[in-house]
Amino acid sequence: MLPGVGFVVALLVLPFLSLVALSLLDWDLQRVSRTFVGLANYGAILRDGRLWESVGHTLLITAIAAPLELVLGLGLAQLISGQVRGRTWLVPLFVLPAIMSPIVVGYGWRMLWDTQYGPINHLLAAVLGRPVTIVWLAHPQTVYAALITTEVWQWTPFMFLALLAALASVDPELLEAASIDGASGWSAFWLVTLPLITPMMAVALVLRSLDLLKLFDTVFALTYGGPGTLTETLSLYVYILGFKNFRLGYTAAAAVLFLAGLSVLSTAIIRRMVEE
Amino acid sequence: MATRVIRAVGLGAAMVFFLFPTAWIFGMSIKQPNEYFANPPVWIPGRPHLNHFRQLVLNRSIDAVGHSLVVALSATLLATALGCPAAYSMARFRTGGRHLALWVLSQRMLPPIAVIFPVFLLYRTLGWIDTHHGLILLYAAFNTPYVIWMMRGYFREVPREIEESALVDGASVFRVFWTIALPLSGGGLVATAVFTFIFCWNEFLFALVLTRTNLTTLPVAMSSYFGPQSSFWGEAGALSLIASTPVFALSLAVQHYLTRGLTLGAFK
Repeated sequence: MLPGVGFVVALLVLPFLSLVALSLLDWDLQRVSRTFVGLANYGAILRDGRLWESVGHTLLITAIAAPLELVLGLGLAQLISGQVRGRTWLVPLFVLPAIMSPIVVGYGWRMLWDTQYGPINHLLAAVLGRPVTIVWLAHPQTVYAALITTEVWQWTPFMFLALLAALASVDPELLEAASIDGASGWSAFWLVTLPLITPMMAVALVLRSLDLLKLFDTVFALTYGGPGTLTETLSLYVYILGFKNFRLGYTAAAAVLFLAGLSVLSTAIIRRMVEE
Repeated sequence: MATRVIRAVGLGAAMVFFLFPTAWIFGMSIKQPNEYFANPPVWIPGRPHLNHFRQLVLNRSIDAVGHSLVVALSATLLATALGCPAAYSMARFRTGGRHLALWVLSQRMLPPIAVIFPVFLLYRTLGWIDTHHGLILLYAAFNTPYVIWMMRGYFREVPREIEESALVDGASVFRVFWTIALPLSGGGLVATAVFTFIFCWNEFLFALVLTRTNLTTLPVAMSSYFGPQSSFWGEAGALSLIASTPVFALSLAVQHYLTRGLTLGAFK
């Protein structure tokens, strides 16, 4: 018991305390001096436009990608759950993107979105019958579509797995009763299945959203926050602050606020999961 | 009939969407450069070859496989060894009650960027940057909460009666844990270890920050092929294939635990 928890305390909790201490300093790795500045770093953060923009980008991506993954995952789960033949090999096949390293997915899709040689423009050209030269990752109007599509591609399988389990928990007798009462497949789904799995959909949505709020790898590989800082997420901005600009005290303050914000959000869901 | 057609079309479309990108990325590894840099595109490799894999060996990018393996395997062993006793204690004796369980799970949900920043400064002081043990310890610490949380769930499913009768027969708690609880949760244990391995194998941010030249994991090696301009698509495709195949195989081996393992036990 003790070694496990002690270990986690040593490597996760102690650094957190040092993080809080650090956030009260003005310390720049490019300078030697460090001075105690109290809460000045926190004050500066409140006025940091780029930081709040990165929060906005993160929320935007989460608000679009998570529900999209939920709906697509539900559709796919519903398609497969009635399917008997081939199910044993179809399910693991659909799950593969979620098993891949997000960084491999990010770079792989960076090539897929390539303007000149990427297959996506080629496929569009074949469908439309004319050359397509969309600069997906560098154009403000297309970059979010590309980013969110990539994200949705990788994590819809997560929703699919969760909702497949949710659908399996629906008592088939209820659906049978509905169909005897004359309900069509659609209305049975809307009136019987959906209300029953709504709590589980909420859990899946929150789990996925908590991950999306920390989004780093995919953005790092795909756009590195670009064009400009248009797709910079909070995690990426804190990374750039700390490891490119070396503003240690300031970065620590941003990290503390990020931690605090996310903890508040995650506590509710964790409580539910512990209660089971 | 109509539903069957809709279902077939839907599944077909889903298969293209979810499988084509992977197939295309992997396919580049055996294409000629003039095939992946071609307009109109060459979909099927005309003259498949292994030069990109050979290139990875020559420029030593392939070393990342060994580094990733050592780091992920060691961290998995460590996290499992430390996490299982804690999980058992929490499952059977309610050690720490709900609050400890809650806290353990919350550690798992920390934003990695906020974790890595103080750890980086700590490691700089200790001289642990770019060392295997540095990365291993952090990976183990970050995944021990996952192991505790998952194994707590698996241990709770072991029938209490079996353990109690062994205790009555005079077996020590440790013996019951080792010879009854652990073997009876064997499937869950293997699955939890496999997922921990996959998380470590795929991890990028910690490795990016904590490694330099001495140690390169596969995701970091992958990133080295992409600057502002990149033309090493064949090598990148080959590296993607090398990085993904082991985790695909592992996920198939534990496919009955996929849902539970990926959703932190929220879905079974």
